[in-house]
Amino acid sequence: MSAPFTTLESFRKGRDERAFSIEDAVRYYLDRIEGIDRALGAYLTVNPNALNRARQLDNRLARNPANSPFYGYPVAIKDNMNVLGLPTTCASRMLANFRPIENATVVERLLKAGAVILGKTNMDEFAMGSSTENSSMGVTRNPWDTGRVPGGSSGGSAVSVAAGLAPLSLGSDTGGSIRQPAAFCGVLGLKPTYGRVSRYGLVAFSSSLDQIGPFSRCAEDALELTVLVSGPDGRDMTVRDRDPQEMVREFEGSVRGMTIGIPEEFFGDGLDPEVAASLERAREVWSAEGAVFRPIRLPSASFGVNVYYLIATSEAASNLSRYDGIRYGYRSLSSGNLKDLYQNSRREGFGPEVKRRILLGTFALSAGYQDQYYRKAQQVQSLIREEFDRAFHEVDLVFAPTTPTPPFRFGEKLDDPLAMYLSDIYTISANLAGLPALSTPSWPTPSGLPVGAQLIGPAWSEGRLLRAARVLEEAVGFRTPPVSVQTAGGKVS
Amino acid sequence: MSAEYEMVVGLEVHSQLLTRTKLFCRCENRFGAPPNALTCPVCLGHPGVLPLLNEEAVRLGIRLGLAMGCSIHQRSVFDRKHYFYPDLPKGYQISQFTYPLLTGGGLTVRSGEGTREIRIHRIHLEEDAGKNMHAGIRDASHVDLNRSGVPLLEIVSEPDIRTPEEAVDYLKKLRQILRATGVSDGNMEEGSFRCDANVSLRPGGSSVFGTKVEIKNMNSFRFVHKALLFECERQAQLLDRGERVVSETRLFDSSTGRTLPMRSKEEALDYRYFPEPDLPPVVLDPKWIEEERSRLPELPHERVARLSGEFGIREEDAEVLVLEEDLSRYLEEAREALHEYAGKGGWPVEQGTPRLVNFLLSEVLREWNRKGPAILTGSLAAREISYLVALVVEERLSLNQAKDVYAVCIESLRTPREVVAEKNLSQESGEDALGRWIDDVVRENPGEVQSYREGKERLFGFLVGQVMKKSGGKANPQKVNRLLKEALSR
Repeated sequence: MSAPFTTLESFRKGRDERAFSIEDAVRYYLDRIEGIDRALGAYLTVNPNALNRARQLDNRLARNPANSPFYGYPVAIKDNMNVLGLPTTCASRMLANFRPIENATVVERLLKAGAVILGKTNMDEFAMGSSTENSSMGVTRNPWDTGRVPGGSSGGSAVSVAAGLAPLSLGSDTGGSIRQPAAFCGVLGLKPTYGRVSRYGLVAFSSSLDQIGPFSRCAEDALELTVLVSGPDGRDMTVRDRDPQEMVREFEGSVRGMTIGIPEEFFGDGLDPEVAASLERAREVWSAEGAVFRPIRLPSASFGVNVYYLIATSEAASNLSRYDGIRYGYRSLSSGNLKDLYQNSRREGFGPEVKRRILLGTFALSAGYQDQYYRKAQQVQSLIREEFDRAFHEVDLVFAPTTPTPPFRFGEKLDDPLAMYLSDIYTISANLAGLPALSTPSWPTPSGLPVGAQLIGPAWSEGRLLRAARVLEEAVGFRTPPVSVQTAGGKVS
Repeated sequence: MSAEYEMVVGLEVHSQLLTRTKLFCRCENRFGAPPNALTCPVCLGHPGVLPLLNEEAVRLGIRLGLAMGCSIHQRSVFDRKHYFYPDLPKGYQISQFTYPLLTGGGLTVRSGEGTREIRIHRIHLEEDAGKNMHAGIRDASHVDLNRSGVPLLEIVSEPDIRTPEEAVDYLKKLRQILRATGVSDGNMEEGSFRCDANVSLRPGGSSVFGTKVEIKNMNSFRFVHKALLFECERQAQLLDRGERVVSETRLFDSSTGRTLPMRSKEEALDYRYFPEPDLPPVVLDPKWIEEERSRLPELPHERVARLSGEFGIREEDAEVLVLEEDLSRYLEEAREALHEYAGKGGWPVEQGTPRLVNFLLSEVLREWNRKGPAILTGSLAAREISYLVALVVEERLSLNQAKDVYAVCIESLRTPREVVAEKNLSQESGEDALGRWIDDVVRENPGEVQSYREGKERLFGFLVGQVMKKSGGKANPQKVNRLLKEALSR
């Protein structure tokens, strides 16, 4: 069976014309998950209530017309966002058995619109990593080459959309965790402006950098989902009151007359030539459509990785203090006193990368070192912000690679944390500056591996970013990876 | 304490705020609920939750700042203070470190015969922790998180306090301000008003501070006084022996009246403060501050000045009344009632008020100290005291009789009216009745009268006694004095 729909628009049409029921739509994805996810490992939990909910929605649809394009739409959720009725594990032994008692705001809004949660997707433990190899729950494979990583930390959410295991998914991006796996898997991934989407119910990694965003097959779906989950919820005081409809308005139109900046710092040494060649073709597409390119300078961006690994780890060490084995989560049973209980629970409950970052963050904030590390990092962060501000006086968007290389092989960087950290070198500065950024598929490498083109915009310019992404998307076309699926009806692809 | 040392004390008070809900979630802020009944994912520190600032707590902070003359900062910032403890669900406390809501200001305390200014260093907003419970549980400790996230103001004084008495007066006045402004109920037993002290000694006349010791766990004014006295003596003895005071935190043990070491400052925790990324800075609209200023009630020091003027009493006495708000309310109600009695009796109320205030500061205050605020209600409610005072003004009762009646009322829970009627106590001041008794006594004691008139003046007392006896004790003694003198000089 081929997919009854591929985008939100084709779903809406089929649903409203009764070409298929919501149950059909949800069952299609559940069957695919059942058939091929054993090989890919995108999901940690499949929602056992998905079909029930689909039937209920169908029943209601028989009486009342759907009031939202999302009514009945299946969506996958990264396993660091709370969904009532499903565990939130963060792919950590620490939370293996944790069940939230309320929904994240983004989930609440999806459910209110009538969406169906398919399940929870794999990730690097507590979103710390760039390959999903740091999951304590198992491997997620890149559908384009199962010997390669899907990227991370939102690897499962990226794979779910790339491999057709969900038409749409949510991830979270702290230093590139949406855009990098989107690039590696050949889908669109958007990190909204900091303050666009409520983080309530997203398990915090680095509170000042985390932002929830969509994975999708096309710009329009990313726009719809972002609009749906945006805006104040009265539970996250860092959310700003911006009208989401301004994204819709800015999405209309072409790139004609748009000025796109090319920071030379992002196209220098270290950029894989095949990636560079693909991005050159992308640039030509935008040029041909009337965009004007000009070189810009972002000199402090090259310190982004250094700054990021001080600020993000400092906040992470703080945010992860609550996992102490006292109230919920993993508790070591071999503890005779309070100190042992803390130490053993955390030693046994956290994986090595999480521990590394807690140690680094604790050090960066400790007495006597704070000025040297955390405060200094904040100063450089301000510089990066100012440089982007200046750049956006001259250009409408900034174009950059999403990743320095195509997806790498399992184990290739696992033992070299620094090499792994550098895979986020182009994505981190948007987080540090709080800016919206996306990765949209460019042409693949000659061997067929996905390449992502990154666009960074001024605050609140998601609509503009997606408009430019749509132009490229029309030229490149959406590619489906060659995965085969075992279903009751036999083998289909 | 050796006289050559001067004691230097700074106090840190944690005061829970009278908000309806907690500081960062909408759980009820209330004492005494069953364990963990007042909790939600936010104050339990569940994964994914975020703090939502309660504006009411900020408003109460502004009120305290206005009442204490602090600088109210238009921008203040929350920070995270990290440490591991089972009663701290997030592993950090949200507090204000670098940019507190309030700095400066102060209050005036009694010091011996005079007064001294105690300056405020800073006042900041923070959340309370939960409570670990060990009593009555075997092989485990339980945690109650009802208190987790309850709003606190931490009020830090400058090290301006020099005696335990000043410390206690500072705490009483601070609590009074907190109560008057509706910021806190200041209840020490329920832990809504908690105090730590930093104590050091230095040679008299020195301007350098000695090594300070922090004292915790003093949960009554009496214990604060005791703990400071003990600590002062302990440090003085160390210094006298030429030993060093160790910088440490000590716990006051109320059963022994001693302070005991808890942890040394070398073991002090590194709290790794950094700005709370989940909360934007608190930015105050100056209009809001002005609105709160206009809504402030009469403040305790203003009330002292007013009462001392209106009643013509010393500021110290007015302070005693104002320190205890129910006493000053009682006084004001009693004065209202006294107006009525003055109107009925045809005398100016000013003739009664000094008697009323004196009666309050002596009789009522003594019983209040003994029995508490219950004696200000029921059979001895404010208007009953006015009745008693009016009887004295109208000379129908002597002051001593009124005091006796009051004492009987306290013990028997009856009204002064009932007691006066039952004991047939009303004083006889009528000149006709007094004149008859005096004439009888003069006639019946010719010898004594003769001797008095010849110069034996001490017989006057005997004759007064005879008149009182004749009246059955009801004669107004002042009037008897005057009328008897007149009779004897005739």
